[in-house]
Amino acid sequence: MAETINEVKFSDAAMAEMQRYISHYPEDRHKSALLPILHIAQAEFGGWVSPEVMDKIAEILDIQPIEVYEVATFYTMFNLKPVGKHVLEVCRTGPCALRGSDELIDTLKRKLNIEEGETTADGMFTLKPVECLASCGTGPMLQVRELFYENIDSEERVDEFLAMMRQKEHEIPTWAQ
Amino acid sequence: MGLKILTEHINVPGIETLEVYRKHGGYKSVEKALKTMSPEEVVEEVKTSGLRGRGGAGFPAGMKWSFLAKPEGVPRYLVCNADESEPGTFKDRWYMEKNPHGLIEGMITSSYALGANTSYIYIRGELMFILRILEKAIAEAYAAGLLGKNILGSGYDLDLHVAPGGGAYICGEETALLESLEGKRGNPRNKPPFPAVKGLFQRPTVVNNVETISSVPWIVNNSGAEYAKVGIGRSTGTKLISASGNINNPGVYEIELGVPVEEFIYSDEYCGGIWKGRQLKAVVPGGSSVPILPANLILKTAEGEQRLMTYESLSDGGFVTGSMMGSGAFIVFDEAQCIVRNTWNYSRFYHHESCGQCSPCREGTGWMEKVLHRIEYGHGHQQDIDLLVSVAKQIEGNTICPLGDAAAWPVAAAIRHFRDEFEWHIKHPKEATAPGAVYRGQLDAVTA
Repeated sequence: MAETINEVKFSDAAMAEMQRYISHYPEDRHKSALLPILHIAQAEFGGWVSPEVMDKIAEILDIQPIEVYEVATFYTMFNLKPVGKHVLEVCRTGPCALRGSDELIDTLKRKLNIEEGETTADGMFTLKPVECLASCGTGPMLQVRELFYENIDSEERVDEFLAMMRQKEHEIPTWAQ
Repeated sequence: MGLKILTEHINVPGIETLEVYRKHGGYKSVEKALKTMSPEEVVEEVKTSGLRGRGGAGFPAGMKWSFLAKPEGVPRYLVCNADESEPGTFKDRWYMEKNPHGLIEGMITSSYALGANTSYIYIRGELMFILRILEKAIAEAYAAGLLGKNILGSGYDLDLHVAPGGGAYICGEETALLESLEGKRGNPRNKPPFPAVKGLFQRPTVVNNVETISSVPWIVNNSGAEYAKVGIGRSTGTKLISASGNINNPGVYEIELGVPVEEFIYSDEYCGGIWKGRQLKAVVPGGSSVPILPANLILKTAEGEQRLMTYESLSDGGFVTGSMMGSGAFIVFDEAQCIVRNTWNYSRFYHHESCGQCSPCREGTGWMEKVLHRIEYGHGHQQDIDLLVSVAKQIEGNTICPLGDAAAWPVAAAIRHFRDEFEWHIKHPKEATAPGAVYRGQLDAVTA
């Protein structure tokens, strides 16, 4: 297994960003940087974290792999399976529902021809309904990576949004620029 | 208009930069506190102000600060809770995005008061774009000597860091937040010991909400006594209200505590009335956890008195006829909304967000979601309503953290005030599941 682990290689920018987070905590508390490092890893490796990536994180933080697995499986932002290029995280919670999030989810399902949790055949979109994103005044809305797309309240807005995403290159995280 | 303690300059172009922020009086409280006041004097001002925790619990902030243990030679921490996840709440996100230096100034002044030399802002992972705004502002503050060693020559040192979460509502609970900040699952801790004694890294810690901390600079600049003059009774100062749902002007409003609820809903200065010319059916006034109230009880108390936007007035009547201020998330329902569907939606949320540590919450939230789902989709039984009440009762008060209560209260309140709507769903499944069908009996009774 050691060979597989060695294949996981973070970019220099990602390594520097991870070290920056580690430096925020006391010497014997490096594990505290685990959540930011999982975010960095997910952005670095195509939007999900594989067991091999988690093992590598354990090595970097000098903790047991299980300590990474138990955290990655607890927090819903970490995808444990491959995902499409754009993960559409649609808020489905009460306040957004009052303004039409059920309809937004239905429209996306119909237009993309996928169910919740699935990825389109071309690998472009994954539909992932999520809970409240603190954007209740501008619902219905969804998140793709770091950005919010708000007030998507009509079929036309959905079409505009999907067309825009199809044009869009993978956003590069600020730390990697 | 009312006094704007937090948002006076929020629409000034460039206020997110240090230069413009300082031009509008920014960082004055740091100068004043560090150079002319002792930490104890800052704590005293906050105590005098009557400022209450703005995250939802409403506990007096100065009192919380005074509980902080100060053992010799042990570092203490201030942790800002920016894990804003309560459905309906988006004020902190809005504030940090527009005015990051407002929070950073509050962190410096508050950290000084508590004797913390390292402080953290724990922000929910979904708000990574705001984390970047904060980090940019923090870098400006370091460069200007407002953070780091020997701040403004005062001899006081402070490092400030931002840490992202990973998408877990439970991390808004302060002990779960601390676990998460230590790189662990967000399982709430048993209390005692309280964070004030054993918090982050088992060291004394204060955890405060974004809005609470951001209110401190004004208090330091103008005195606690001046702050206490704003508002009514024990509801001092101003409050950011996140207004959402079926209204004309959703958004964040800073109000002086004491504005009548009716004015808040219908005035163009605030919500601007119900959208699409519809009627008001109900309001959840403090975030998804607090009891829902039908139109008549949100506008007036059971005694017929005008309901006000204060901690006391919103909870007037207890849970029988009142609700709570909570985080100030004001969710408005128009006549076309189905209470059963909404209650099921919230139950699904709490089931999804239960950390699974305590059985009553882990199992109970799942039961409530399932039973509400079958009522909503036309398969309910008559005994389901009492079953829901019973499950809610068995969760309430039987869990380590308040998520259990937060899951139980909305269900109990929906049945308390809208029982006939639940019964209608069960007795008339065909009508109730028709597209766009809404029970109108309650509304007619309310508006008759």
